[in-house]
Amino acid sequence: MISPAVILLLGWMIIPLSLTIYFSFLRYNLLDPGNETFTGFLNYRFFLTDPSFFAAITNTFVLVLGVLVITIIGGILLALLLDQPIFGQGIVRILVIAPFFVMPTVSALVWKNMFMNPVNGLFAHLASGLGLPAFDFLAHAPLASIIGIVAWQWLPFATLILLTALQSQDTEQHEAAEMDGASALSRFFYLTVPHLSRAITVVILIQTIFLLSVFAEILVTTNGGPGTASTNLTYLIYVQSLLQYDVGAGSAGGVIAIILANIVAIFLMRMIGKNLDA
Amino acid sequence: MARAISTQRRVWLTALAWTIGFLIFFPILWTFLTSFKTEGEAIASPPSFLFFDWNLSAYEAVNQRSDYPKHFFNSVVISLGSTVLGLLIAVPAAWAMAFVPGKRTKDVLMWMLSTKMLPPVGVLIPIYLLFRDLGLLDTRIGLVIVLMLINLPIIIWMLYTYFKEIPGEILEAARMDGALLWSEIFYVLTPMAVPGIASTMLLNIILAWNEAFWTLTLTAAKAAPLTAFIASFSSPEGLFYAKLSAASTMAIAPILILGWFSQKQLVRGLTFGAVK
Repeated sequence: MISPAVILLLGWMIIPLSLTIYFSFLRYNLLDPGNETFTGFLNYRFFLTDPSFFAAITNTFVLVLGVLVITIIGGILLALLLDQPIFGQGIVRILVIAPFFVMPTVSALVWKNMFMNPVNGLFAHLASGLGLPAFDFLAHAPLASIIGIVAWQWLPFATLILLTALQSQDTEQHEAAEMDGASALSRFFYLTVPHLSRAITVVILIQTIFLLSVFAEILVTTNGGPGTASTNLTYLIYVQSLLQYDVGAGSAGGVIAIILANIVAIFLMRMIGKNLDA
Repeated sequence: MARAISTQRRVWLTALAWTIGFLIFFPILWTFLTSFKTEGEAIASPPSFLFFDWNLSAYEAVNQRSDYPKHFFNSVVISLGSTVLGLLIAVPAAWAMAFVPGKRTKDVLMWMLSTKMLPPVGVLIPIYLLFRDLGLLDTRIGLVIVLMLINLPIIIWMLYTYFKEIPGEILEAARMDGALLWSEIFYVLTPMAVPGIASTMLLNIILAWNEAFWTLTLTAAKAAPLTAFIASFSSPEGLFYAKLSAASTMAIAPILILGWFSQKQLVRGLTFGAVK
């Protein structure tokens, strides 16, 4: 009974993957069809020595790391706060979780136009209210702005997972430690953090998988610009293959993206595999 | 928590939590409020929060563009279609792995998970070319297939973790009472599996509704769901804040409401059971 699922997934994995690898060794341009020739590693050399590749790798790295740092630290603090006995906890939870359900194109456009727009955006109104000059976020700090938007979308996910982990924590341990005179800070570092370490690892790995593929937010806000200031690897490959029709180079980039993602995936699989009692 | 906490501290924490919650939610609230303004009020400086002339003109304008309902319909078809199709394939698979596990079940599950790790951009070109040659570009059926495939591992995993929790003893009890295999499945297992299937369905509708890589790269106009339609507001229409807000509100409202009901399943589904 599992064979239909296995066959489908196998096909989904093997066919496009082998085609990507095959194309990556061809000189293949959609504007010049029928002239495909084998070129060895030329596409890889072209892609890897393209200055925008280096920029894209750096941006991908900064984007993933920036969002991870914001969401993990923010998520821990928020989860700790929501774990306290506050009034209306359920409603606050609903408010905090909401951004995760907003489709990426909507959140990117709302932030871009209604908040970061240098003329009519809310931040511009705020700045003029304080007597400061307006700041054109997406023109002068494109990558940081995108990190902000993406972090807003993923903070709820980190918070929710860390909160779930926090709520499974043994309170008796904390009470015992308190009676023995442990301060709140040392209880946090010696009891809570070790308890959360597993959930934190899961958040890091899963978010990394998704963050390596951030696309819509870049497409609707900056189109990767100005220049290549906010182009990540996913967006660069999209431009290379679907806008410049260079299938060969785009495929070489695709193979590189797969290798990068696999390095992350191996760690993630180990984590989850350990937990599986099949 | 069992320990007593002073009311004063509780009030302070409550105020802090509500403030932060409000700030995080604010962009959504602001979009909602702006959708009831006129275009002039939407860009007025200083902006007004509640005391403006509430009206529905932006909604009327968006709905009069004949394409909005079409894209909404596309989103419904694509998210529901891919989820139902995925469930049809995943339920038997997860069922077999949970109730009749073999030696290789764990490996098969891990391998299925690994397909989810494949970055979409790595297979973009072959899928694009295949779709072009098969005439599937910009069709709803093409997107249903792709979204079903990318979410299939999550569906199988979620169902598997739910089915695993159905106790085996209950089957033995049914068998002792003389139940046949089919009545066992229909009267004993199915009712216990329905909540898990419903939760899985909910989460996958949400994921498919918001998917924004394949829906943006494989559609042009005809089959474009709301993700792609909203992306077309990127410029210069996006500067019409009231219309942008009205279109956005309609695009996110149904999923936001479904999402609030599925918080718990979200943790389970997206961490593949690693955090419960």
